[in-house]
Amino acid sequence: MSAQFLQLLFSGITVGATYALAALGFTLIYNASNVINFAQGEFIMLGGMLTVFFIHTGLPMPLAVALAIVLPAGVGILIEKLAIQPAKGAEVVALIIITIGASLLIRGLAQVFFGKGSFGLEPFSSHAPIDIGGAVLLPQSLWVLAVTALVVVMLWLFFSRTVMGKAIRATSCNPLAAQLVGIDVHWVLLLSYALSAALGAIGGILLTPLTMTSYDVGIMLGLKGFVAAVVGGLGSGLGAVLGGLLVGIIEAMSAGYLSSAYKDAVPFVLIFIILFFLPRGLMGAKATERV
Amino acid sequence: MKRLAMPLLALILLLLPLVLPNMYYYDLVIRMTINAVIVLGLNLLIGFAGQISLGHAGFFGIGAYASAVLPTHFGWHPVAALLAGAVATALLAALVAKPIFRLHGHYLAMATLGLGIIIAIVIRNETGYTGGPDGMAVPPLAIFGHEISGEREWYWVFAANLLLSVWFCRNLMDSPFGRALRALHGSEVAAQVVGVDLARYKMAIFVFSAFFASIMGSLTAHYVGFITPNVADFFHSIELVTMVVVGGMASVFGSVVGAVLLTALPQALAAFDGWETVAFGAILMLFMIFLPRGLVPTLAARFGRGE
Repeated sequence: MSAQFLQLLFSGITVGATYALAALGFTLIYNASNVINFAQGEFIMLGGMLTVFFIHTGLPMPLAVALAIVLPAGVGILIEKLAIQPAKGAEVVALIIITIGASLLIRGLAQVFFGKGSFGLEPFSSHAPIDIGGAVLLPQSLWVLAVTALVVVMLWLFFSRTVMGKAIRATSCNPLAAQLVGIDVHWVLLLSYALSAALGAIGGILLTPLTMTSYDVGIMLGLKGFVAAVVGGLGSGLGAVLGGLLVGIIEAMSAGYLSSAYKDAVPFVLIFIILFFLPRGLMGAKATERV
Repeated sequence: MKRLAMPLLALILLLLPLVLPNMYYYDLVIRMTINAVIVLGLNLLIGFAGQISLGHAGFFGIGAYASAVLPTHFGWHPVAALLAGAVATALLAALVAKPIFRLHGHYLAMATLGLGIIIAIVIRNETGYTGGPDGMAVPPLAIFGHEISGEREWYWVFAANLLLSVWFCRNLMDSPFGRALRALHGSEVAAQVVGVDLARYKMAIFVFSAFFASIMGSLTAHYVGFITPNVADFFHSIELVTMVVVGGMASVFGSVVGAVLLTALPQALAAFDGWETVAFGAILMLFMIFLPRGLVPTLAARFGRGE
């Protein structure tokens, strides 16, 4: 394995982990309400920007990070409560447009309050790169991977072991039946939006020391997370994680070996290939149709 | 009233030059008519086929750059370039839509979004032809040896173009094709039962609206004389969708009203950097929540007649 290949693999997996978190967010909301939340990317942006902002105001790092996760979760709840809930029963197109509106609103406000500049963040631990087989691995990449892995495991435990998690899964299978056995479906929706926003924010915080952040990073990151969710098979949690890593790796490889100018186009070409040849994605085995 | 709407629009377009004080307002009105025509096409797709395209700016961009690149670098006649751009756009739209309309769900939203972004990236990166992010000059449009120039001349071109498009769309709605579309709008299952081939109709309308957008891209490029990749940007696509939502889905005159209002809005907000995005976001959400049918159909219903 050449050093260049290894290098591209490292950066692909690192970015891919963020896509995976965003894709999990899409999946959560899609499963809970059948809505594709186009504002998902803005949570990634909020995570990074808010951390930068709170550290600038002098808060210690852990507190800044905690706030940068909790606040976007609150924004997620607000979107569900103020925008999705009142439009209940609307057509899917209407719901898509509402989430697009929410994303513009968040991005616009971020531009007004934080300005158009790019902001960076200090790495969580040392700067010293680690040499593996001639390729360089930044300690921050390890942070990204470790935290993502931790989050995925915790999510898995949450959904398979806790009553709350099982309630969410039951609701995504059949909301009416879930309601009949006493699950508060509306509460499940709120929780899904909060969780999905928090996931996006975590991704944004992890990525900021590596790539910088600005008010408008949400569109691209969110869209790529979405591509990852579709690649993995919309609705599948495991698919979202695999899809994220895959999109990240393919993007890094084509940037390295084909053309760095067209790096951003790669995920979108990928989505066409998937839609044409594998419309259910990698893991989307479910053949049932939501009507 | 419904019969009066067309002559009324014609009258307004005819009388407007009498009250437009200067070239700035000419330009504003021209932009309104340009957007109105694109929105007419997009509205057919959103309002009747119940599908959303988040990449219409990409189609607009193909038209604009076809009219800029082909005459400049390959010596094509502008009219040939316009047609080539429109046909290429239609083919691309058909190619993309064919597998997607066989799927259920909202895959078109994502596919068009991806397509629009790819188009914008190509325009930005092919610097040799397009001038990259700096943009490029567009040669003037000459028809029968006459070069169209100045806001006044262009105004009549775009006004006529809008009237024709409105007339065309209204006739289309009354044709068998339009009836099938309205059936589809009412109930997809019922339409299918009486023999409407859903996928075919949806695809036809998608291709048609992309074709529309490309032609308008070409004309706009000639009018403005200089284009940048921003014309193909995602935000431009969103602006167009917002116009449909505000004016009213599945409403021909709603399209015109939406285009007029939302073309004026950024001018009013120009002094407040960033608030433009906020305003568009808030408008989208508020309309979808409180006035999901849009202005014109809601008002029409209030006065006791359906559009």
